[in-house]
Amino acid sequence: MLTTLLLRVSPRRAGAVVERNVLVHRRGWVVLASGFFEPLLYLLSLGIGLGALVGRVPFAGESVAYPVFLAPAMLAVQAMNAALTETTFNVFGKLKYMRLYDAVLATPVTPLELALGEIGWCLARSGLYSGAFLGLMALLGLTPSGWAILAWPAAVLIGFAFAALGMALTTFLRSWQDFDYVMIIMMVMFMFAGTFTPLGAYPAWARPLVELTPLYHGVTITRGLSLGHLDLAMLGHAAYLVGCCILGLWVAARRLGRLLQP
Amino acid sequence: MTAAIAAPGRGALHVFAYHLIGYRRTWWGTAFSSFLLPLIYLAGIGLGVGGYVDRGHQLGVDYLSFLAPGVLAATGLSIAIDESMYRVYSQFAWDRTYEGMLNTPLRIVDIVLGQLAFVVFRALVAVTVFLLVMAAFGTVHSGWAVGVLPTAMLLALACAAPTFAFTATQHTDSSFAVLTRFVVIPVQLFSGVFFPIAQLPAGVRVLAWLSPLWHGVEVCRSLTLGTPRWWPVLGHLGYLALWAAVGLVLAHRAFRRRLVV
Amino acid sequence: MRMIGCVSPPSAGSLHILGLDAATHGPAIRSRLGVVPQQDSLDVELSLAENLTVYARYFGIPRQVARDRAAELLKFVQLADRADSKVEPLSGGMKRRLTIARALVNEPDLVLLDEPTTGLDPQARHLVWERLYRLKQRGVTLVLTTHYMDEAEQLCDRLVVMDAGRIVAEGSPSQLIARYSSREVVELRFGLDDLAGPAGAELVKALEPLADRIEALPDRLLLYTDDGDAATAAVAARSIEPTSVLVRRSTLEDVFLHLTGRTLVD
Repeated sequence: MLTTLLLRVSPRRAGAVVERNVLVHRRGWVVLASGFFEPLLYLLSLGIGLGALVGRVPFAGESVAYPVFLAPAMLAVQAMNAALTETTFNVFGKLKYMRLYDAVLATPVTPLELALGEIGWCLARSGLYSGAFLGLMALLGLTPSGWAILAWPAAVLIGFAFAALGMALTTFLRSWQDFDYVMIIMMVMFMFAGTFTPLGAYPAWARPLVELTPLYHGVTITRGLSLGHLDLAMLGHAAYLVGCCILGLWVAARRLGRLLQP
Repeated sequence: MTAAIAAPGRGALHVFAYHLIGYRRTWWGTAFSSFLLPLIYLAGIGLGVGGYVDRGHQLGVDYLSFLAPGVLAATGLSIAIDESMYRVYSQFAWDRTYEGMLNTPLRIVDIVLGQLAFVVFRALVAVTVFLLVMAAFGTVHSGWAVGVLPTAMLLALACAAPTFAFTATQHTDSSFAVLTRFVVIPVQLFSGVFFPIAQLPAGVRVLAWLSPLWHGVEVCRSLTLGTPRWWPVLGHLGYLALWAAVGLVLAHRAFRRRLVV
Repeated sequence: MRMIGCVSPPSAGSLHILGLDAATHGPAIRSRLGVVPQQDSLDVELSLAENLTVYARYFGIPRQVARDRAAELLKFVQLADRADSKVEPLSGGMKRRLTIARALVNEPDLVLLDEPTTGLDPQARHLVWERLYRLKQRGVTLVLTTHYMDEAEQLCDRLVVMDAGRIVAEGSPSQLIARYSSREVVELRFGLDDLAGPAGAELVKALEPLADRIEALPDRLLLYTDDGDAATAAVAARSIEPTSVLVRRSTLEDVFLHLTGRTLVD
C-alpha cells in the first residue's frame, strides 16, 4: 500500500515543503548551530572530562579509550535528537498551532508528500550536523579507522529512522504536556541505549530491552565503523533501522491524512 | 484597599498562593523534569559509567556518591531556570496575568517575590525527593546532608532571580532556546557535576568558578559526604547570596520597566 | 467548505467540482482552487512576500513566476509596502487581504471564501469587499459563506440560504427579497411591558389588517408592507402610540430571518 502511494508522490511538491523550511531557517542559524553544539559539549564533558576518570572500556575483545568509545555514540545521538526535535516539537507546532498544514493541504500537496517533505528537510539538517561532527571527531583524533567516513551515511539513516518514527508519534500527541513523554523516551534512549557503556555492562535482564531501541542499533553501527570493526551483524542493525523508516512513514502518512482530512 | 497591603509581604504571600494553586493542577506535568530526569542521569551515568570510574580509585569516594550531590544541585538550577523562562514570559506576553495582578492592590515587588518564592518552593520539593532517593542508594554519608535543602533553595534563588530579569526584557520567546542550549547546558556539563573541575583546562576552570552551580555543587557535595569545611562553605554561600541579591534588584527593575513604564 | 476544497471526503452523495469528481481528483481540483479559510492560516515564520512565493511552490509554480505573481498580488491587495515584514504585526484586515492574495497565487478558476470579513472593522471590510468586487469583475468565480446579509447583498449574484444543513431558498438578492419579503418594513418600538402577555397579543391583532405579515419581537413589532408611509398613517389613525416609528426598505436580513426563524441557534 505504501509503495503505490509512493509512486504517486510528486518530488516537486514534496520539495516545496523542504524549500519552505530552508527559507525559514536561513535566518534562524543560531538555533541550527545549537543543534550541533549540544552533542559536542556532551562529548567534551563526559567523553574527555569524565573520560579521564573512566580510562579504557572493553570493546570487541580489546580496550579503547573512553572518548574514542563515546564519540561515535554521540554522533548517533545527535542524529536522533535532530530528527526527533524537528519532527515532534516543530511539526506539532505547525500541525496544531500554526495551522500551517491546513493551508498546505488546500493546495495539490498530499499528506504523504507533506510528510516526506518534512522528513527530507530534517535529513538535510541532521546530515549537515553529522558531517560537521564527524569532521570534528577526526580533528580530535577520535576516529581510529578510515571506515569512519561511512558513519556519515549511517548517521543519515539513523536520522531517517527517527524522523519517520517521530512524525508518526507526533500524530498521536494531544498537547504540549505530552511532550514530557517524548522527552522521557529520548532521555532514556540517550542514557541507556549502549551509548555510555558497552552492552555487557548492563544487567542481563536489561539487555534485550536495550537491543529493542533503534538508537542501540544506530550506535552499534557508527561505533563499529568509527573503530573499524566491521561484521555482518551490521547489516542486521541497518535492516532494523530501515524497518523503522518504513513503519514510521506508513503510520505517519495514514494518520496525517486522517487528522487533516477528516 | 490600603489594609490589604498594610503588612509588607502579605501581597507576595497571595501571589505565592496563586502559583501554588496552579501547581496543584499541573504538578504531575512537572514530575518528569523534577523527579525522573535527575534519576535517569543518576542511574545512567552513576551506575553505568560509575563502574568503570571506580576501578581507577581517583576520587577517594565511590562515583555514585560523588555524582549524586552534583545532580541534586544541577536539578535545583534547571528547575529554577525553567520556571523563570516560558512561565514568566507567558504571563507577560500571552496570559497577561501580571497586568491583571497590577489592577489589584498588589505591587511589582509582591509579584516578583511571590513568584520567586514559588520557584524556590518547586526546587525544594524536587531536591527533597531526590535527597530521599540518594539516601536509598546509600549515597548520603552524614547528617549534614539536610543542609543541602537550604543550599539548593539559595542556589535556585540565585539562578531564578537574574533569569526573571532577563525574561522581563524579552519580547519574543526565541532567545529561551538559545539560553538553554548555550548557557544552561554548558553550565551543567562543566560545573563539577560529573567530574572535578580540576580536570578542566585553566581557562575554562575560571568560567566554572564564576558559575553559581559550581559553588552549589561544592557545598552540597561536602555536606552529603560529611566533609564540610566552614570557611569555604561560607564563601560559596556568600557568592550565591550575591547572585540572589543582584538578581532581585535587576528583576524588580526589569519588571517595573516592562509593566509600569 | 472543506468538502468543496477537496480536503475532506464527501459525507454523502457525489460531488463534482470544475467537472471533476472530488473523491478521485483531489490534487487536480485543488490545483485550480483558491481557498480563503475562516481562520487565517498564514505562515508566521515567513515574510508577506515569502508567504506567497512558498505557497505558489506548493502548486509547482516555477520560482521566478512565483516571485512576479507575489509582487503583483501584494500590490493588488495593497500590501506592497509591507512585502518584507513578518505576518504577526499585521492587523486583522491586512492578514485577511494577504490570505486572499495567497488564494489567488495559482490563478484559480474558483475561489472559496469562508466568512471572509468576520471580525473585521468597517473600513477593513469595505476594503476587502472592494477587492473581491474587482476580482468578480475580472471574471473569477467566488463562492463565499457569510453570516452578514449586507455582505451577501454586496457581493453575490446568486445566493443560497441554508438552515441546519438544508437549502431553504435560492436566487439573486433582489429576487429573494421580492419572493420572501415585502418592499418596505415599518418598525414600531414599544415599551417591553406593552408587548408582554395578553396586551401584546391584542396589539398585534389590532394591527394585523394593516400589513401583509407581522413579526412580534420582545421590544418591537415589524409590519411587512408595500407602502410603509400608508401603514404608518393607519397606525396613527388607530391612536396606537409606539415610542418610535421607523420605515425602511426590506433587506436580505428580513428574508433570512423569515426563512430560518428567529429562535437563537447556537
